[in-house]
Amino acid sequence: MTAYLIRRILALVPVLAVVVSVAFLLIHLIPGDPVSVMLGPDATPAQIQAARHALGLDRPLPEQLLKFYARVLRGDLGRSYFLDRPVTQALLERAEPTLVLTLSALLVAIVIGVPSGIVAAAQPGSLWDRTLMLAALLGVCVPGFWLSLNFIYLFAVRLGWLPAAGYASIFVDPVAALRYMVLPAVSLGFSQSALIARISRSCMLEALQQDYIRTARAKGLSHATVTWVHAFRNALVPVVTVIGITMAILIGGAVVTEIVFNIPGLGRLIISAVLRRDYPVVQGVILATATAYVLINLGVDMLYVFIDPRIRYE
Amino acid sequence: MSDAVARATWPRRLGRSRNVVTGALIVTLVVLGALFAGAVSTHNPRRLDPANRLKPPSAQNYLGTDEFGRDVWSLVVHGSQVSLIVGATTMALTSLGGIVVGLVAGYYRRLDIVLMRVMDGLMAFPAILLAIALMAARGSGVGNVIFALSVVYTPRTAMLIRSTVLSIRELDYVLAARALGRRDLAIAFRHILPNCIGPLLVQGSFIFAYAILAEAILGFLGVGVPPYVPSWGNVIASGKNVIREAFWVSLFPGLALTLSGLGLNLLGDGLRDTLDPRLRVP
Repeated sequence: MTAYLIRRILALVPVLAVVVSVAFLLIHLIPGDPVSVMLGPDATPAQIQAARHALGLDRPLPEQLLKFYARVLRGDLGRSYFLDRPVTQALLERAEPTLVLTLSALLVAIVIGVPSGIVAAAQPGSLWDRTLMLAALLGVCVPGFWLSLNFIYLFAVRLGWLPAAGYASIFVDPVAALRYMVLPAVSLGFSQSALIARISRSCMLEALQQDYIRTARAKGLSHATVTWVHAFRNALVPVVTVIGITMAILIGGAVVTEIVFNIPGLGRLIISAVLRRDYPVVQGVILATATAYVLINLGVDMLYVFIDPRIRYE
Repeated sequence: MSDAVARATWPRRLGRSRNVVTGALIVTLVVLGALFAGAVSTHNPRRLDPANRLKPPSAQNYLGTDEFGRDVWSLVVHGSQVSLIVGATTMALTSLGGIVVGLVAGYYRRLDIVLMRVMDGLMAFPAILLAIALMAARGSGVGNVIFALSVVYTPRTAMLIRSTVLSIRELDYVLAARALGRRDLAIAFRHILPNCIGPLLVQGSFIFAYAILAEAILGFLGVGVPPYVPSWGNVIASGKNVIREAFWVSLFPGLALTLSGLGLNLLGDGLRDTLDPRLRVP
């Protein structure tokens, strides 16, 4: 287990190296002179020269890349001109809403998705099965950000049940936080619940066809025990992997949801950074989310071994 | 079964798949709408008409008007052009890039390690965030949206082609071709690539769907095609500002987006079930 863990962590090094390189190359994808683009049309040649030197853009490319690696390894992601603070500080300030939103949406996706898949698998081809799978297909196709707008119209504008937009920290005012979070979490989690439902269904169907299920039924165990204890626990393994993938998609989706609901998280941070050409912040956000994604996948792999003792990755 | 018979039943099998037929019908409808946008639309989608702003759906404006008095039906019809251009070009470019990277990686073991780590690294970014970052560097515009989405989605296709190549290159007939003195490139194009067409078609229809959705998201966030271009994402974004007074502005382009996504997903599901029954979801 430890050897596997170490091997798995070492395998992350090249992936993270590529991630950092992509973030670095972003500056060099800017058409023309990145410094004059960043500083805008009012910058004097002296300012441009100074900024170019400060960013190290007057050095050869390999040297710049090595310096960038060294900086990132030290945890220094540069400084945001507009926010007037280090990028890492800006990321930490904005991480909470994104994290809360992503986890709430994941909860919604699992709570809707897993039971739907199991109910559908219990009687394949039944009306329940077909209705749920049609809903899942639609769920996959409905764009989350558009669903959010329709939810706002229905539940905030028409019915007035929930606030249309905004955010409250769960540590400051839990009740308000919950009221603000319901619509974003449901609209973000819904389309992922469709994916989870489809996978849960097919995994359950496969598990229900196994011999030990027949044995359990023959023993006279109740339908519920067979479904939930024997089949469900074995169907869980692939579902956990999908939940890991879901988490990664949710991080991306959270960005868009934050814009719709005016939530001050990483999504709003990167979009305003794009519009202000605040490139260190753009680099910081994509580095942070990609690292989070890689670590989540590592966690899911570990969980996998934990759930299914047959997997030992010798 | 002889080769000729197998080939003859191909279109038949596709025609019998309900998913393929429904999906193809929906996609054809959207494509026709885009091709004949000028004839189908009732107004010039770019013409501002402040006197008629935020009018609900009526006989003059089938789907109402937006905050600038533009006709929503005409905006939706013309918006499909941007979506389809971005979707189709991204699909073509990712297939091309995927074939090149996948073939090279599947064939040359030494390059394989490097290429696959680069693909892993690119796939570590949440897709939409990488697209946003690339748009931040390149600036708004249809060409840049296509560039960004192609970079984001090529690794998936490359992985797919690579795994297909790896499973086929060890088969006897490839060995036979090599024994006959065929060169690598000839084997790749004559014997290996044709086997990748099925998976590519399936993957292509899903990438088409992702690209249309991602284009709309970028437009909605204000970092896609310029705001004055009628595109579904842009119209939904302008509808967001007036959702209290005029829900129709964001509702209808979103429906068009959902419908296109549904068509492409059905097509992809159906193609997968028909072309590769092993992958069929029970």
